[in-house]
Amino acid sequence: MIYKVGMADAKVARDGDSLRTLGLGSCVGVTLYDELTKIGGMAHIMLPTSNTDKEVNLAKFANTGVPLLLNMMLELGAAKARIKAKMAGGAQMFANAHGLEVIRVGPRNIEAVQEALGKLNIPIVASAVGGNYGRTIELDCQTGKLGIRTAQFGESVI
Amino acid sequence: MTVADHYHLGDDAADVLREVGNIGAGHAATALSKLLHQSVEMQVPQVELIPFDEIADVVGGPESIVACVYLKVTGDLTGNMFLIQSLDSAKQLTGQILPDKMPVEVLDELELSALGEMGNILTASYLTSLTDFTKLKMYPSIPYISIDMAQAILTVGLLSDAPLGDYALVIHTTIHIISAMERAHIFLLPDPGEELVLLHALGVASE
Repeated sequence: MIYKVGMADAKVARDGDSLRTLGLGSCVGVTLYDELTKIGGMAHIMLPTSNTDKEVNLAKFANTGVPLLLNMMLELGAAKARIKAKMAGGAQMFANAHGLEVIRVGPRNIEAVQEALGKLNIPIVASAVGGNYGRTIELDCQTGKLGIRTAQFGESVI
Repeated sequence: MTVADHYHLGDDAADVLREVGNIGAGHAATALSKLLHQSVEMQVPQVELIPFDEIADVVGGPESIVACVYLKVTGDLTGNMFLIQSLDSAKQLTGQILPDKMPVEVLDELELSALGEMGNILTASYLTSLTDFTKLKMYPSIPYISIDMAQAILTVGLLSDAPLGDYALVIHTTIHIISAMERAHIFLLPDPGEELVLLHALGVASE
């Protein structure tokens, strides 16, 4: 079964299932995978950090979404020492728009996800980030492979 | 958690915002009609609170390939304007603007520039009429263009950490040249909370 991960959403799944999120632009799709138990997780991160004390959707931000995803993995039975991460997205969709703050959110998302993974000592084994095009990603929990589909540059697997 | 927990848009407010869309898009359609000497049809605007995940459905789904002109709006009211259409529609539109040019498979630099200028003109007409109406100053950025997956593009208008439950207020309508173009969507997405600025300016202060 393929589970859909929405924007600002996080989900985990087991062997035989896949996790998919559509149309990543400046957002970053981060996936965690435990090779032995074949438990996988995916979060669709929209922004680098949460700047408010109010109740927010944890999955929306890199600094809260990555720890959330890790906890969801552990609850399902994954072991932290085996978990490896992959990430994709973080594009600047409007190539000519360097001056615009909202446009730079892609690179900032990439950095924030890397930082959040670093803090948790989770290694990043593959990534397909940056550029100025959208990506749809799918994590196969049987293999841990991350399929990436783009509009302009076809498909690839990392 | 429901939308109502975070945010409430009353009927009066929705009516006023629909009228905002009506005036703005009406002027944009008139500008397009004058420019091309063609009849332009406009749909009645809709005002909706749409979950982030469903916004792209309005233009054919998250992965549908669209041609988008985006302008960031600053001033008394901050927000985002999008002119979004299918690639075919964009080709038809640029074909109208550049009648002597041979059509190409992929939009080239000249056509992209024409498309951007079209976004510029439509957005400027839209916002100018709103400024006349509300006395709020609004300044569009230069037009930014992207042809890619709809959701990947629209995300740029949703980047706020305001705790709104991940819903966006969307004022949208479609316009098209009757003889020669598919529907093009015009979206105004006020930044979260900014619709209150609009409502105050129009005398519909909601609690």
